[in-house]
Formats: sequence, structure tokens, C-alpha cells
Amino acid sequence: MKSLILGTAALALTAGMGLADTVRLGTEGAYAPWNFVNDAGEIDGFERELGDELCKRAELTCEWVKNDWDSIIPNLVSGNYDTIIAGMSITDERDEVIDFTQPYTPPDPSAYVAQSADVDLAGGVIAAQATTIQAAFIAEQGWTLVEFATPEETVAAVRNGEADAVLADKSFLDTVLGDDLVMLEKSESLGGGVGMGFRESDADLRGKFDAAIQSMKDDGSLNELIAKWEVSSQW
Amino acid sequence: MFSYCTDPSTLEGLSWLSCYLTTGKHVNLYISVFVVLTLLAITAPVALLFGFGAASAARSKFLPLRWFGKGYTSIVRGVPDIAFFLFFVIALDQAFEWMRHKVKCPDWDQPIRQGIDFVVCDAAKLPLSTSPQWVHETYGFFLAVLTFSIVFGAFAANVLYGAMRAVPRAQIETAEAYGMTHRQAFWRILVPQMWVYALPGLSNLWMVLIKSTPLLFLLGVEDIVYWARELGGTKTARFTDYPHPNWHVWYFAALLVFYLCFTKVSEVVLDRIMTRLTKGQATAAGEAQRKAAA
Repeated sequence: MKSLILGTAALALTAGMGLADTVRLGTEGAYAPWNFVNDAGEIDGFERELGDELCKRAELTCEWVKNDWDSIIPNLVSGNYDTIIAGMSITDERDEVIDFTQPYTPPDPSAYVAQSADVDLAGGVIAAQATTIQAAFIAEQGWTLVEFATPEETVAAVRNGEADAVLADKSFLDTVLGDDLVMLEKSESLGGGVGMGFRESDADLRGKFDAAIQSMKDDGSLNELIAKWEVSSQW
Repeated sequence: MFSYCTDPSTLEGLSWLSCYLTTGKHVNLYISVFVVLTLLAITAPVALLFGFGAASAARSKFLPLRWFGKGYTSIVRGVPDIAFFLFFVIALDQAFEWMRHKVKCPDWDQPIRQGIDFVVCDAAKLPLSTSPQWVHETYGFFLAVLTFSIVFGAFAANVLYGAMRAVPRAQIETAEAYGMTHRQAFWRILVPQMWVYALPGLSNLWMVLIKSTPLLFLLGVEDIVYWARELGGTKTARFTDYPHPNWHVWYFAALLVFYLCFTKVSEVVLDRIMTRLTKGQATAAGEAQRKAAA
């Protein structure tokens, strides 16, 4: 009798392990409106809602993990979480290291914000977050680049005069504009849209999320989310 | 938190502040203070133990043990902390998972290294990806304690090694003249006397350890500096009930006060320990104590 109970318990346990398919979603939590930490200390924003909905559609249990932007790719490939969903643009360089789903937001222009509209970009100092497409773009132009670990610091650098302008996603810069800063008319088209990143060996999981993104594109719910959070243009 | 906090935009002054400082996000900051203090409370004795072991090994008569003690101290002291934290911890984590993989999934046919990906079977993941977030956090904390202990243990080993050599040779000779064995002389004469020489160096290490906790975020443990940076950042009304401009200066000022108080308390405690250890020692300070008492 005892062994029977033990046997069923073991069976229930192993069956439970097979069912509970937990996927850990890695994000930065410092890039409103894409992802940020809300007053309650939880991850919130466009990607929080998107990720939860995608997990529901793919019938996966998901768990959110916060990670520094700098080490977000190394921690993915070493297996600390299973996917990156952090406003990461699809680029060739990143694609060599990790694999992306189809984009969930279309490629959008990056904008400049400066203290005055007549700033000299080529001769000035431009701030950008480290290891972003914007930082790579400024370096390619041969302009003077200062990199910061967080998006917040790039804007602060313009406010206190350390940098003459900041280049970042327009949707993020929209949230920081105040009386003291202006957005330039000039903008740059960078990257191939924002997608979720996966380990190259994880094609199964990538396929599931890819299908979920497609279904959200098809029924228009993705466009609703994009409109709600004002992150980019719609599909 | 409080009942009047439902609509913060109508509040002003102190009542606004009382609501603002008790949001879930701020509670995370307060918790992180305890996380940091716990980490220090665990790391300090473990690092001291590592240091003592390595220093004793470096003095051993047995050659491989001596090599181990000296090798550990020189290698770890020579590698920059941040490189150690980024490389070693990931390597340690992967070593644990690799061992579990070998035991738990013997019939796995795919390679573990696929390009730069590190792939082990689900059952070998540490912690399991199905385990709740607090298990992941505890595991990260454990890795942090281990890494801090290894790094600071190497420095402590060097300090203790020097302290052991600073104990006057005559003391050991006297012990031997009384017929004590090597082991007895070590535990009864050398160890009790060496602390007074080691303490200045160890107290330096303690101060450095207190300030190096921001390295924790590299391991995914959110420490007070992370939360101060996060909370101090500009908050726009669209995403929070408590919009404010960049308040980094206030948060970092609070951190400054915290760290200054902490180091002050440490200094007072260390001074007391020093007085206690000096008692009856054949050092200038011990001599001064004897004269003052007489």
C-alpha cells in the first residue's frame, strides 16, 4: 500500500514536471514605454502585456526576469533565461549570436533630442546607450560618441551639457521631452524592427513565439497594443 | 500602503512623501538593504575561513599544498574583480550544470556546446526553469557569496600569511622548548598572537567589501545602488502615480549617508576588537596598555 502511494506520488510528480513548461523572459526594465518597473515594483509596459499575451497563446507558463542591458545577450546564451524581450532591434550583428522571431513592431525612425534645435551633430558630442543600434550608427558616422549603461543617463547627459544631443528610439524620447529639450526634425532609419531573441539552439521555442506573434498580427490585437502604449507605427 | 494613498495626485507635502516612500518599488529598495547586510554577514566569516585555510596551506611543509595556497592567492589577487565576476561565476554555474547533466541525463545525444550556446537537459538546469523566482534569486545570492568569498578570501590569505610571519620567532622557539609539537605551537601560540598583526589589513578588506556590493547586480542580485539608480530616474506621469524629475542626487545622498554610517559603526567595532586583541601582546600598543594600567 505504502509503495503504491509512493508510486502514484512519483508518477504525479514526473507528470507535473512534463506539463509545467516554464519559459523565462528576460527584459531590462528601464525603457518606458517598452518595459519599465512600475510603482508596485513589477515589470510593466508594452512588452509586459505583449509577452503575457504571447505566452497565453503559445500555452506556456512565463516568468519575468530583469537583467542589465549590457549582459542581456551573454546571460541568454548561458541559459539564465530563455528569451530576450527588451525592445531589441533585429540587426545582422546580433543575428550572428542569437536568433530572432519575426519583428513585433515595424522598424521605426530613431530621433535626436537636444537642448536647442540648431545643434551641430557632426561636430558635437552625441550620447547613446551602449551596445544599441544607435551607438553603432553614431560610431559609423565618425561622430563623437559617449555611451551610457542606461537610457536615463543618455538623456541626463544632454540636460547637464555633457553631450550635445542624444540618439534613441523616438517612442522612448517622447516620454522624456520636457520644457528644456527639443526633438530635432532629422531622424534616422535603423534596424529591422524589434523582435524577441532566442538561443540559436532553441528553434522549437522560437517557432512557438513566432506563431503567436503571427496570430496577434492577424487578428489586429498587436496593433491595438502598439496604439495603447504608443511604441511605434502600426503594421 | 496607507488608506489615503489611492489618488496620490491630490496629495501634497508629507502625506505625498509618505505614500511615495511606501510604494512596492521602495519596499524592494528596503529589502535590498537587508540582502546586502545578509550577504556581508555571511561573506565576511566565509572569506576569513578561506583566507585562513589558504594562509595555513601556503605555510605547509607539504609541497603541493603550499603550491595550492600560493597559487590561489596570487591568481585571484591578480585578476580584476569585474572580470572575475563576469567570467568565473558563469563558468562556475556552467560547471555545476555540466556535472548535473552528466549524472541526470546520460542518454542525451546532442552536444552541450552548440556554437556559443550552453545547452544542458532541462532536468540539469540549476535552478530548474520551473522553480519559482525566489529560488533563482537565492541561487544567485549563493553564487554571489561564494564568489565574494573566493575573491576576498585570497586577499585575506595574504594578510593572514603576513600576520603569521610577523609573530616573533622567539615565541615559537619558546613553545618548542616547552616541548610543544608543531601543531600545538601553531594553534596555541601562533594563531592567538597573529590577529593583532592581521587586523589592520583585515579591516581594510572589510571596508572594501562593504563598498563592492554593486558588483552584485552583475549576478542578477538587485542591491541598493541598483534600486537607488532606478528609483531616482526621471518618472513621467504616464507611467507612474508619482511623477518626478531626476532625483538621483537625493537617492545617492541617502546612499552616501548609509555607507558613511555603516563604515563609522564598523570602525568603532574594529577599534574595540583591536583594543581587546592588543591586551598582553608583545607589541608597542600592548606595552602602552600595560603602562597605562600600572
